[in-house]
Amino acid sequence: MRHERAMERRQFLKGTLGAASLMALAGCDNLTQSSWFPSILNKTEKLTERVQRAVTPTNALAKEYGDADISKVFPANGNTDPGTEDYAEHVAKNFSEWTVEVGGLVQTPMSWSLAALKELPSRTQITRHDCVEGWSAIGKWTGVPLGDLMHQVQPLPNAKFAVFHCADVDDEGVSYYESMALADCYHPQTILAYELNGAPLDIPHGAPLRLRFERQLGYKHAKYVMMIELVETLSDIAGGKGGYWEDDQGYEWYAGI
Amino acid sequence: MASLIHAGTGTGQGREDEQVLELAMRSEPFPLEKPPAPVGLTANQGDASAALPASAPVVERIYRHRLPVRISHWLNVPFLIILIMSGLQIFNAHPALYWGDRSDRDQPLLSIRPVKAENGEMRGITTILGYKFDTTGVLGYSDGSRRAFPAWATIPSAKVLAMGRQWHLFFAWLLVINGLFFTAYALISRHVTRDLAPTGKDLRDIGKAVKDHIVLKHPQGEEAKRYNVLQKLAYVGILFVVAPLIILTGLTMSPTIDTAFPWLLTIFGGRQAARTIHFIACFTFVGFIVIHVLQVILTGFFNNIRSMFTGWFVVKHEGASHEA
Repeated sequence: MRHERAMERRQFLKGTLGAASLMALAGCDNLTQSSWFPSILNKTEKLTERVQRAVTPTNALAKEYGDADISKVFPANGNTDPGTEDYAEHVAKNFSEWTVEVGGLVQTPMSWSLAALKELPSRTQITRHDCVEGWSAIGKWTGVPLGDLMHQVQPLPNAKFAVFHCADVDDEGVSYYESMALADCYHPQTILAYELNGAPLDIPHGAPLRLRFERQLGYKHAKYVMMIELVETLSDIAGGKGGYWEDDQGYEWYAGI
Repeated sequence: MASLIHAGTGTGQGREDEQVLELAMRSEPFPLEKPPAPVGLTANQGDASAALPASAPVVERIYRHRLPVRISHWLNVPFLIILIMSGLQIFNAHPALYWGDRSDRDQPLLSIRPVKAENGEMRGITTILGYKFDTTGVLGYSDGSRRAFPAWATIPSAKVLAMGRQWHLFFAWLLVINGLFFTAYALISRHVTRDLAPTGKDLRDIGKAVKDHIVLKHPQGEEAKRYNVLQKLAYVGILFVVAPLIILTGLTMSPTIDTAFPWLLTIFGGRQAARTIHFIACFTFVGFIVIHVLQVILTGFFNNIRSMFTGWFVVKHEGASHEA
């Protein structure tokens, strides 16, 4: 009798749990594929951004580590070689003709060769790179503070975002790009890095120039940077969401968490 | 209503903590909510125990869960399920855990990986502190797919990190808002001090409570009107230790929050350590939910469920029949 009751209970529990989880899963998958639900989920991105910006002092620095903390292996993720003919030529010439151009909504558009950038005052920082996938690696980056370049080109009052155009192109010919709020360009740790752990950047890590945007996740740190364009709105560029991963995969533009 | 609640302790011999509970019932803040008409042998006399012979069956209804607690509780059900399952989706993007700030891939505390066996067959291998377990079918490799947690355990079921994050961060906000609302209510209404905090006597008698639980002997009658000590510790632990821990370790994974509150990295021992604690806290929730649901079933499923929907809980005293 007792045993039977226990069996019934177990059956009931199993049935309930099974049915509930199946329903929940199917329901969630339907919602994920609907046109309206992800846009509701997405509302929290703005909320998260507002709250995080409100509680974070403008120039608060990401933690800087010591030499002993540097990762033995710094994984390279995403695109690890642009693979275009143009890029291959630059590699052959050891990036001697690589230039980075800063234009768009600025008073004085300018461009710098890699050598010229290296002449400018640099910043070296040992920081933690947090990938959206969950892993972290610590590396020593050397580069030019982006704020210094901004002071030279003088953004116009209506410039709101900096868009980073990169040398890599995906299988479908879509160019990689990323963007950040103009204010974040002036953060002391936001640098255009040309060295990792004391050596020139290698190709998997973004040679010859990549962005370090220390307070946000790894996918915001554009590699192979060729041009920086200041704009008022992101909606006119590519998919309109401010970055390759944002357009293509549905990652958040604000990657503070 | 006060007279209803008096029924069980009408003889005036109730212990101090019982009187506290009575008080809690009397100060019921929802006067508009009328108790349902007494059914069957429900006591409805102020002095029920005096009026009836001592051994007479008495079924007493008490107003156990107030409306804000009920709302908050039921909101947590979908919130937690979605957070756990979308969290497993996020974990699947890098199915390994570490201590410290870095993830040195050769030294994980735990990893769940698909591995090709010598015969060419795919196996799911879970490694915990260096010990390997074959978990094919559930962890590491399931339904022909290389994934740490299986499709039935993640939201969305397919491997989509970006959508998993969107679900997770959206419901994390809802959980935090619900948690703040509940905490404020529980403190102001003194739900915490009256009903949840274990008393000195509770703690002194904990040995007996553990023994009773092991043999699945649950408090009856007067004792069933209040939470027992293990129940209190479980609720307090999950609400005021594990829940804040899971929220804070979640925030520690945010590079922006780390710059605003660098002490988070210090107290949790680094970002990867915070991720590991977040994962352990998640499975503490899973364990809590399993035991909680089992206890709900074992201690009178319909009575418990009804009390969480309507607030009204039935306590049977000496000699009471089996079903209300």
